[in-house]
Amino acid sequence: MGKRLESMMEWIDARFPLTSTWKAHLSEYYAPKNFNFWYYFGSLAMLVLVNQLLTGIFLTMNYKPDASMAFASVEYIMRDVDFGWLIRYMHSTGASMFFVVVYLHMFRGMMYGSYRKPRELLWLIGMGIFFVLMMLAFTGYILPWGQMSYWGAQVIISMVGAIPVIGQTLSNWILGDFMLSDAALNRFFAYHVVTLPVLLVTLVFVHIIALHEVGSNNPDGIEIKANKDPITHIPVDGIPFHPYYSVKDIVGVVGFLIVFCGIIFFMPEMGGYFLEYNNFIPANTLQTPDHIAPVWYFTPYYSMLRAVTVNFLWVDAKIWGIVLMGGSVAIFALLPWLDRSPVKSIRYKGPYFKIALTLFVISVFVLGWLGTKSPTPLYTLLAQIFTVIYFAFFVLMPWYSKIDKTKPEPKRVTG
Amino acid sequence: MKKIKYILFVLCLVPLAALASGSEVKLDHAPLRPDDKLSLQRGAHTFVNYCLSCHSAEFMRYNRLRDLGLSENQISDNLIFTGQKVGELMTVAMKKKEAKQWFGVAPPDLSVIARSRGPDWLYTYLRKFYRDESTATGWNNVVFDKAAMPHVLYQLQGEQSLVTKTVDDGHGGKHEVSELKLDKPGTLSKTEYDAYVADLVNYLVYLGEPAATKRVQIGIVVMLFLFVMLGLAYALKHEYWRDIH
Repeated sequence: MGKRLESMMEWIDARFPLTSTWKAHLSEYYAPKNFNFWYYFGSLAMLVLVNQLLTGIFLTMNYKPDASMAFASVEYIMRDVDFGWLIRYMHSTGASMFFVVVYLHMFRGMMYGSYRKPRELLWLIGMGIFFVLMMLAFTGYILPWGQMSYWGAQVIISMVGAIPVIGQTLSNWILGDFMLSDAALNRFFAYHVVTLPVLLVTLVFVHIIALHEVGSNNPDGIEIKANKDPITHIPVDGIPFHPYYSVKDIVGVVGFLIVFCGIIFFMPEMGGYFLEYNNFIPANTLQTPDHIAPVWYFTPYYSMLRAVTVNFLWVDAKIWGIVLMGGSVAIFALLPWLDRSPVKSIRYKGPYFKIALTLFVISVFVLGWLGTKSPTPLYTLLAQIFTVIYFAFFVLMPWYSKIDKTKPEPKRVTG
Repeated sequence: MKKIKYILFVLCLVPLAALASGSEVKLDHAPLRPDDKLSLQRGAHTFVNYCLSCHSAEFMRYNRLRDLGLSENQISDNLIFTGQKVGELMTVAMKKKEAKQWFGVAPPDLSVIARSRGPDWLYTYLRKFYRDESTATGWNNVVFDKAAMPHVLYQLQGEQSLVTKTVDDGHGGKHEVSELKLDKPGTLSKTEYDAYVADLVNYLVYLGEPAATKRVQIGIVVMLFLFVMLGLAYALKHEYWRDIH
C-alpha cells in the first residue's frame, strides 16, 4: 500500500507540484514560534470566508432577487426550507464576525508593525481585501429588501449622486434606474454572489502568496529570517507551519466556533446589532424610517460622514463628509510610510505610540457608538472631536513615531 | 503612565454622559413563555379570531402550528375559518387597496411584527387603547399616537379614557401626568385581560421565528460538543508543542 501511494505521488509530482507546494506552504513553511492570541485571526478570517461561500450557495438556491419577492423569500428560507434558519443565521452572523476577525487582524498588524518593510505590499493587498469585504457587506445587506436594506442603500447611493457634475449620471448608471429599485437589486445580487466573491477569493490567495514570500511578522517585530541555522538554512526561531500552527489553529477555530455558535443559536440578532429590528419591515419606498443607522461595522465611518457640518472652500459639507469617510478607510494604506519608528512592535515602541494607538481605538469605538444614534448637537460635536483624533493618529504618526523613546529590539524572539 | 491610563479611561466614558433619552413612553415588560404550549395555543386562537381578519401572516403556514402541539385536524377544525387548506399560508381576503381606503393605511403583515416592534411594545400597545372622539375610529393609543387600528379587543378589556392630571413633584414644581382610567369594564378583569394579551404576544413572538425553540435546543447540544472539542483540540496542541521552547 505504502509503495503504491508513493508511486502515485511520484506520478502526480511529475505532472503537478503537489509535494513541493505542500512543503513550501505548510510542512516547510517556517513561522515564528512566538505567535500569540492575536495571530489566530488570519486563519479565522479564512474560516469565515469559507462559511460565507458555503452558506451563500445554499441561500442562493432559495433567495429571489426580485423587489416584490425578496423579503418573502428570506422568510421562506427562515420557515419552510429545512434548516434554512440555520443557514441564514450562519451567513448573517458570519458577515458581522467577518468584520470582527478582520478588524482584530488589522489591529494586530498595527500593534506589531506588520505593515512595515518588507510587508508593505502584503498590507496593501490586505487593504484591497478589506475594501472588497465592505462592498460585499453593502451589497449583501440590500438583498433581504427590508426597510434598513433599502434606506441604508439609499444613503450610500445618494453619496454617489452628490459628486459634482457627474454624480447624478453616475448614480443612474449604477442603479439602472432613477431610484433604488428592482433593477438595482438584481445587479447588486449579481455583484454579491459572483463578481465580489471571485475578487475576494483571488485577493485572499494573493495575500497568502505574498505572506509566504516575505514570511510572517511576530509579536517582537523582528525578522526571523535574519538568524538562520548555518547548516540547514532554517530560521532558528521558526517552526514548520504544519503541524505546529495547524494544530494550534484548531484550538482557535473551536474557540471561535464557541462564540460564533453562541450567537447563532442564542442571540442571532445580537441585540439588533447583527440583524437590525427595522429590517424585519419590508422595504417601503414611500416611508423613510425615523432613524437610519448602518450595521455596526460601518458606524464609525457613518459618524465621520455626518461629522462635517460646514461648507468649506466653496464645496458642500456633504462632499467633505464623503471625502472624510473615504479617507478614513483609505488612510490605512499609507501606514507603511507614515510609521518612522526604528522598531516595529508595540513591545519596543515608546509611550507616544502607545497613547496614540489607545486614543485611536477609543475614537473608533466612540465613533462607532455615535453612528448608531440619531444626531444631536452634542453627538455631532463628539463625532467631530473623535474624527480629529482618528485622523491625528495617522497624520501625526511621522512625527510622534520618530521622536518616540523606543527600547532596543532583542536579537531572538521572546515568549 | 498610570495617570494617562486614567485619563484615557475617563475619556471612554464621555459619551455615556450624553445618554439622556427623549420622552418615549415607558413600555411594560411582556411576560414571555415560549415553552408554554397552552399559552401559545390560546394566543393562536386569539390571533385567528381577532387579528387574521384584517392582518395577514403571509409567511406562515397553518400546518406549522403543529409546533404548538396541535394535529392537522385540530388546526383545520378550530383555527381555519377561511376554507383554506392546512398547508396554505395565513393570508387575508381583504385587498390592500381597499384596506387603505378604509383605515388610511393597509394593516401590516404580522409574520415578523414581533421581530421589528419587539414583544414589550406589542404587549403595551394592545393594552393602552383609549377612547378619543377626535380620531376616525374613535380610538387612540398611548404607545402609538393616532394609530389607524381601532381597539379590536374592547369588549374584553372595556373602554378606557385618558385622564391628564397636574401633580406636585414635591420640589415646588408641577408637571402633567396622563393615565388611563377604565370607564366601562369589559368581560375580562384587568388581570385576565393582561394574561390574555400576554398569550397573544407570546404567540406573536413564536410567529416571528417559529424555529426559535428548536434553535435553542440544538444550540445547547452544539455548545456541549464544542466544549468537548476545545478540550481535545487543546490536548492535541499541547502534545505537539511539547518540544517547542
